[in-house]
Formats: sequence, C-alpha cells, structure tokens
Amino acid sequence: MSVISFSKTILYNLFHKPYTRMYPSVPRVYPARTRGQIANNIDACIFCGICSKKCPTGAIAVDKAEKSWSISRFSCIQCGACTEACPKKCLTMMQAYTVPGAVKTVDRIVQKPKEEAAEPPKAQPAAAAKE
Amino acid sequence: MSTRSIVPFGPQHPVLPEPIHLDLVLEDEKVVEAIPSIGFVHRGLEKLVEKKDFNEYVYVAERICGICSFMHGMAYCEAVEHIMGVEVPERAKFLRTIGCEMSRIHSHLLWLGLLADAFGFESLFMDSWRMREKILDMFEEATGGRVIFSVNKIGGQRKDMDNDMIKSFVEILDGMEAHLRELAKTFLGDYAVKSRLEGVGILTKQQAHDLGTGGPFMRASGIALDTRKRGYAAYPHLEFEPITSDIGDSYARTDVRIREIFQSIDLIRQAAALIPAGDFAVPVKGFPQGEYYMRVEQPRGEALYYVKANGTKYLDRMRVRTPTFANLPGLVEVLKGCQLADVPILILTIDPCISCTER
Amino acid sequence: MTDATRIDILPGELMAKALKMKTDGYRIIQICATRVPGGYELVYSFGMEYEMVNLCFSVGDAQEVISISGIYSPAFLYENEIRDLFGVNIQMINMDYKGNLYRLAQKAPFSNK
Repeated sequence: MSVISFSKTILYNLFHKPYTRMYPSVPRVYPARTRGQIANNIDACIFCGICSKKCPTGAIAVDKAEKSWSISRFSCIQCGACTEACPKKCLTMMQAYTVPGAVKTVDRIVQKPKEEAAEPPKAQPAAAAKE
Repeated sequence: MSTRSIVPFGPQHPVLPEPIHLDLVLEDEKVVEAIPSIGFVHRGLEKLVEKKDFNEYVYVAERICGICSFMHGMAYCEAVEHIMGVEVPERAKFLRTIGCEMSRIHSHLLWLGLLADAFGFESLFMDSWRMREKILDMFEEATGGRVIFSVNKIGGQRKDMDNDMIKSFVEILDGMEAHLRELAKTFLGDYAVKSRLEGVGILTKQQAHDLGTGGPFMRASGIALDTRKRGYAAYPHLEFEPITSDIGDSYARTDVRIREIFQSIDLIRQAAALIPAGDFAVPVKGFPQGEYYMRVEQPRGEALYYVKANGTKYLDRMRVRTPTFANLPGLVEVLKGCQLADVPILILTIDPCISCTER
Repeated sequence: MTDATRIDILPGELMAKALKMKTDGYRIIQICATRVPGGYELVYSFGMEYEMVNLCFSVGDAQEVISISGIYSPAFLYENEIRDLFGVNIQMINMDYKGNLYRLAQKAPFSNK
C-alpha cells in the first residue's frame, strides 16, 4: 500500500511547478502596505522638523536654513512614525527596500528655489522674497 | 567505574536557532548534569526606558525577539493602557487577537521545521517553512512587515485590516489546514520521527509545577493552564480549552504544539466572524503613573510584563519575564539521564527563544 | 481581568513567607528588582492557577538578602540576574554564577550609582 501512496506523491512532485520563483528574472511583487523606505516629496515640504523629532532612531535630519532633508538609510527602522506625523503629508512609505551596500548611505534632498519652476512674470516677487 | 567528562554544547550549534551554552557532564554517553550559561545576546533593552519615551518604547519592545514580536509590542501597550486607564476599542482588541493567533501559528510552524531539521528530516523542515511563508505573506499584506510589524501603539492599532482582507486570510488558512493535516500525520505517525521522540525527556506533572515551567512544555506534562483564559484582548468572546497531554515526553510536546496550530486557525475563524465595526484606535494624552503586571500567552509560554511609571515621559521600569527564562530550569532537569544524541532534541522541545530570555 | 495581589512584607519575613507559599502549592513566576531612591524594591511573584500574589519589600544598597533557591530551585536564574545587573547582595544561591551570568563590560549597570 505504501508503494501506491508513494507513487501518488512521486507523480504529484513530477508535474507540480516549483514553489519558488526565479528571482532576478521574475521580480517580487510587494503588497501595497510594505514598509520599504521613506520618500519625501520635497516640493511640498515645509521643513518643520516634526518628522525628525518623531523618529525613534534619529535617522532624519532637517535643516530649515538650507532647505535640506536628509535621512540615514541604514538607521531607519521603517516604522512609519514620520509618515503619520507629517503635517503636509509629503512623506510616503515606498515599497522598495533600501539597496544593500558596503557603506551606510545618507540620502540628502535639497528643495530647489521656486523661481525655476514658476513662470517668469510671477517669479520676480517670489525670487525677491527668497533672496 | 565510568569516567566523567565535560562536553561544551553551543553557543554555536547547527540545531540552535540562537546561542546558548550548556556544559554537559557525561558518564560515557549519558548526561548526568547540565549547567546552562546564557548572556550571548544580552542587549540591555530594559535600560533603554531611561532614554526612549514611553510611546517610542513600543519599537524597542517589539524588537526583543523576532519570532514573538507581535505579542511583545501588544503586551507592552496593554500594560501602559491599563496604567493610564485607556479603554481600547473592541475592533482593536479583535485585531490584536487575530495578530496574536497568526503569530502563534507561524511560531509553531517554525519550531516544527527546526525540530525536523534537528533529527535530519530536511524535506519536512522545508515543507513546514513553506507553510509558514503563507502566514508571513499575510502579515506583510496587513501590516507591511514580515517579521517586525510596528502595528501596535498605545491606544489601539496603527493600521486596520478591513473585512475583505480578513475574509481572504481565513480562506488562505482554510487552504493551509488540509496541507497541515498531512504534515501532522508525518510528524506524529512516521516511524523514524517517533523513534526519536517517544519516551525521550519525560517531565512529570509535579516536576513541571515545582520548576515553574510554562506553555506547551508544561501543558504536555498534564497541567491545564493557559494564560489566554484570563481574558485579555478579545479572548473572553472566543471559545477554546487548553490543550494538554498526559505523557510528558518530547512526542507529547510535539503533539500539543501541532494541536495548538489547529486551535489557532479555529480561533482566527471565530474572531473573524465576531469582529465588530468601528474605530481601531483612540487618542491618548498625558503621561502614565502607576504600575501594572500584564501576562500574555506567548507561543512558548506565559510572559509577564511589569511596567512602572512615575508621571514623566520616561518609564521607571519595564521588566519582561519571558517563557524561556522560566523553562530553563525545566530543561536542566529534563537533560539529566538522557543520551548525548538526544540533547539537541531536548533543547529544542522547550522551544528556546534566547533573544527573549536575555533581552 | 484582575491585577495581582500586592503584599508588603519585611525583608526578614521573606524565607518564612516563601516556605508558606511553597507548602500552599504556589509556583514561582518571577523575581524583579526596581530602582527606588535609596535602594531597590524587590518583588517576588508567586502563582496559583491564574491568580498571582506579589511579595514586595525594599532593601538598601548594600543590604543582604537571603536567596529562596533552597525552597524554590528555579529562583537561581532570577537572583543571579538581579545580582549581576543591579548589584543587590543576594547570598546563598544554590547555583551561583559569581557575577558571570551575563558578560558585562560594566559591573551592575542598572544600579543606583
């Protein structure tokens, strides 16, 4: 009897497709809520620094004078506290994980001054105010 | 006249998931005494309460251990909520219960895989962990992480599982259940497995009581105590009985844990049917003042969380007494009189989670 | 769900109360130390079925406490840990690690000093 039940297993295993995916050629599809890394829509950011205060590991550093927002990728624990606390909702949690590396990277984003994006007539008072 | 020798076991050993050191005193092939030595993963997490305020400490608490992560975070939050007098909404309690039971299933499947690996049955190990992948995928869909969930907060849950998601989870679990019954048949019926597990490491009921053990280790010796019956989270609404066995050997412990997997699937079904609509968190203001002892049933046993707060944003003391810490004296007792080849199996039957033990 | 019962005792009564707990059939749950101004507060938790009873008392920095591992043998782990981390002077533990339970760089890191 065990021969018969085992041949069922053999046939099942022969014709079943592999349980694993061929990883680099077949990419992994992450679910929507996966906490991979933090992204900042820098144009909407007001540099209030709340995300930096809420971060439990101190991975985020905000400089209001220079309009820069930097995150130390390997200190971030992907908890999402900064995303929830941001008043302008410019921080989002992306699904892709941080790329592994040999050194601990710090990503620094600087907000470009607005006159480069706006039309010339409106730029003059804005540029004058920023100078 | 047999000679005594001392053989060191660990901290690195193929069978151990985490480092623990035992000095085994042997007479020929029989173990006469075992002296445990811990402290390889001591991170001093209890001292971090002085630096992290009580809201941020949830992230530290859930990183005490990777396998029991959900319940560490949940029990810490429940202890602080009791101190502050915060009433968590019903939906959050049910979500926590579902998370706990899913955590228990994946922990027991991990343990079954490790046990199979310990006696060399690698294909069974891979099959158990393949089942476990389905639970981890469910967790990732619901919370965003496979191992560390960051979904508990003081006042409730940070993310909701809507009813469609819960229904799809119950369907996945139904599909898993048939395969798990096949797995259980191999674990409990296969001749090779039984010969390694039956009669090995017997712990009597009186010994289990005197040594202060907990969890499946204790229930397999006949003591019917399950901390979930005390009624935290949504457990008062669910029907279940503690699973016990009267024999007390390694086979009985495997049997108890396999039956607990099926009990957890049943509990998730019950919770999914009863979950009410509503909020999943309440806002919390102010600082805690007071102390509380919270006990939860982790997959490995009863864990106790003692939180003492003094009215500022830093807690005075946060102490975790984890189940493996309580089971270690039981392990030392069970090792006496066994053969050297049985030592890895016996260490695994207490389900050692050394990162929890040494925080 | 009820909280645990707290009983405040004197340090000298510990052995007698622990022996009474053992004969009544309680199992040991945990031993915990907390820093308080002037010393440490020790809490010994015992359990019967689902109820828990805590015996609490305070000791000074150098005051000697007798171990209950003669009555409850699993207490040795908790008492060694308290001695290593807090520096509380617990004597006569049945399996004494002499300060080597955890490999610490600093002696008694959780203590008052």
